[in-house]
Amino acid sequence: MSTTSIATTGPALKLPEKHYLNSSWGIRSWLLTTDHKRIALLYLASVTFFFFIGGFFAMMIRLNLLTPSGYLLNADTYNRMFTMHGVTMVFFFLIPSIPAILGNFLIPLMVGAKDLAFPKINLLSWYIYIVGGCFTLYSMVSGGLDTGWTFYTPLSTVYSNSAVAPAVIGVFITGFSSILTGLNFLVTVHTMRAPGMTWFRLPLFVWAHYATSVVMILGTPVIAITLGLAAMERLFGLGFFNPAMGGDPILFQHLFWFYSHPAVYIMILPAMGVISELIPTFARKKLFGYHFVAAASLAIAVIGFVVWAHHMFLTGQSTYAALAFSFLTFLVAIPSAIKVFNWTATLFGGSISFDTPMLYAFGFLGLFLIGGLTGLFLGCLGIDMHVHDTYFVVAHFHYIMVGGAVMGYLGGLHFWWPKITGRMYPEWLARIAAFVLFVGFNLTFFPQFVLGYLGMPRRYHVYPPEFQVYNVMSTAGASILAVGYLLPMVYLTWAAFFGKVAGDNPWPATGLEWKTPSPPPTENFEVTPEVTWEPYDFHNRPDLGLDVAGQSQLAPAHGDD
Amino acid sequence: MHRTGALYGQFNTLEQQKDTASLGMWIFLVTEVMFFGGIMLAYTINRHTYFHAFAMGSNTLSLKLGGINTVVLLASSFTMAMAVWSSQVGKQKLIPMFLTLTIILGFVFFGIKYVEYAQKFHHHLVPGRNFDIAYCVNNPSKCEDIDAEDMDVERKEIAAAMAADPDLNAHAQLYYSAYFGMTGLHALHMIIGACLLFWLLRNSLAGAYTPVWNTPVDIVGLYWHFVDIVWIYLFPLLYLIDRHK
Repeated sequence: MSTTSIATTGPALKLPEKHYLNSSWGIRSWLLTTDHKRIALLYLASVTFFFFIGGFFAMMIRLNLLTPSGYLLNADTYNRMFTMHGVTMVFFFLIPSIPAILGNFLIPLMVGAKDLAFPKINLLSWYIYIVGGCFTLYSMVSGGLDTGWTFYTPLSTVYSNSAVAPAVIGVFITGFSSILTGLNFLVTVHTMRAPGMTWFRLPLFVWAHYATSVVMILGTPVIAITLGLAAMERLFGLGFFNPAMGGDPILFQHLFWFYSHPAVYIMILPAMGVISELIPTFARKKLFGYHFVAAASLAIAVIGFVVWAHHMFLTGQSTYAALAFSFLTFLVAIPSAIKVFNWTATLFGGSISFDTPMLYAFGFLGLFLIGGLTGLFLGCLGIDMHVHDTYFVVAHFHYIMVGGAVMGYLGGLHFWWPKITGRMYPEWLARIAAFVLFVGFNLTFFPQFVLGYLGMPRRYHVYPPEFQVYNVMSTAGASILAVGYLLPMVYLTWAAFFGKVAGDNPWPATGLEWKTPSPPPTENFEVTPEVTWEPYDFHNRPDLGLDVAGQSQLAPAHGDD
Repeated sequence: MHRTGALYGQFNTLEQQKDTASLGMWIFLVTEVMFFGGIMLAYTINRHTYFHAFAMGSNTLSLKLGGINTVVLLASSFTMAMAVWSSQVGKQKLIPMFLTLTIILGFVFFGIKYVEYAQKFHHHLVPGRNFDIAYCVNNPSKCEDIDAEDMDVERKEIAAAMAADPDLNAHAQLYYSAYFGMTGLHALHMIIGACLLFWLLRNSLAGAYTPVWNTPVDIVGLYWHFVDIVWIYLFPLLYLIDRHK
């Protein structure tokens, strides 16, 4: 393995004297910062907090399903658990995770700017996120809500006796944080690029975030007005979604999914962006088909807007509409497949090293493949009739959301951790954690495909005894998965303070963000950089210290010692 | 200290700064279009399904008040445009004057809207338990602001609409959901706009906006025009559904 170290002979690396982390001190310097890098860390802390809350609800669900009789929770409590798991994970973890943390930190660095276009709006978006989070936390401690994360009407607006209004208002508010983040990214990419950073020299991470931002800009306002109307319906008796007044609950579903299906791409596109950075770096090879991967991101964002009604095949919508949406669902698989093929083609003939980020990238490739292809099963009308609302659907979207988005998120976090903190994480521990995660994940969710295929419906707290063996496997997997999440949290935190000093470009990678010290200075670059190289070009970059074959001659800063 | 034309740290040139700010506002307006788009879709579908109830609801609105408000808002767009122009050509004294006019027109709009809302509350036309589309024709003494002739027209219209749609009272609530939802959101945007105008006014009195740097006037102007355009759609959608008699 090329990471095998000969580092002991090199001079000891040192952190830069002045960087964004020690440029100022005190709580105010963090809570009132407009530095995109510090705001990214604020997001990291708060998103991690919500991740573990959502994880707690997930554990309650899995523990309850250990036995067929639902020994832990009654039906009502169980409904609240899976609802709050979904609401927390979707709106407070998955949607902000990669864009608001890694995107926030990296996009200005990658395009060679001193900050995002609107630093104050960036800080504002974090505060909006926190305010929305507080509303949702209030909903949780005042009894939780039981509508499912989809807030379907008229259950959510008329019949539910749980704390729906604060949760809906919380999600409504948080939406504006997402809108402002997307707006900031779009404008930054348009107007803040360094000299020489042409559109087709942008890293694919930036292209992916550009596409994500388009979805955030066009989709999020629609969920905002929809949830706003639902909240007004519950609080003040407006009637759009209330059948008692002649309103239409299906209209709510259309409006909800008009955002919430594209929201899936808000979650997965940034992860694809991360993978597009990891694979060329650890294969030491130019990414195959750069233009196609960039265009595929945009194609996913555009086509993703016209597939929403595949969530509603069984609502009684017209068969012709269902046919059209089924066709369009198949269409959106094409750009995703382009990406997967291009990543795989990049590996071919590359000089592959199996550092932790690359392990996550491989995990992503396999799991996203399964998740994506089972999505096509579900987009197929005949099959969807049978497995609709079963654990097959649950397994499918967890393969995309956890197997795809979270793998990409963790891979990216490891990859850029030396840039964010200036220090390297413990490599072997990280590899073990990645392996634990992969095993735990598959053990949790693969049995759910079987369960769903056999007909176990989702959202019930009890089930027939013949399903128990798969549920026990799934719960066991979830426990392993929990260990897999706790490990990185512990050692990444440790590494931020005590890890080995990483150096400016430990991998080495080609992006502009690696041309500045780790951790970067507050203004990102001492002088505005000028870009003269093509993206992912390892061959014409003498500054990386690679020979012509692309093999590393410099020792990586970490090692296997 | 406010920044008069100063270059913010993240930019290299004033021109880049101005382009960035305008692009940001245009993208924000795109999100606003999508935001209003959701409720307009709900309106469209319901109007299509319950046309009689929507026409009836529309006819209970005051064309006179709505029409005056339309003129008021269009005039405020004109004064806003003049404020932007004054800042561009360097007529420093005119900027606060036009901003003040815009604010006054905005408040005239709020005042008229308040009269309209109050009327709807008195006439039991707010969605909910006490909603009654026929409240005024059944209790003419409680609705003295409607004259006898109009009351007769309304009585006939309600009878005809009832004949066409026996569930008129339920469906008319959907019309009023749309009315309060859409005009309420619009009013909320006007309140935000008025706050921004006050902020501009304060800075313009200090002479902050010059031909070199007037970006805030420019982008608040964009926002104000957008809010006016929303009303240009709302007026026919809500007031003019079935006025051809």
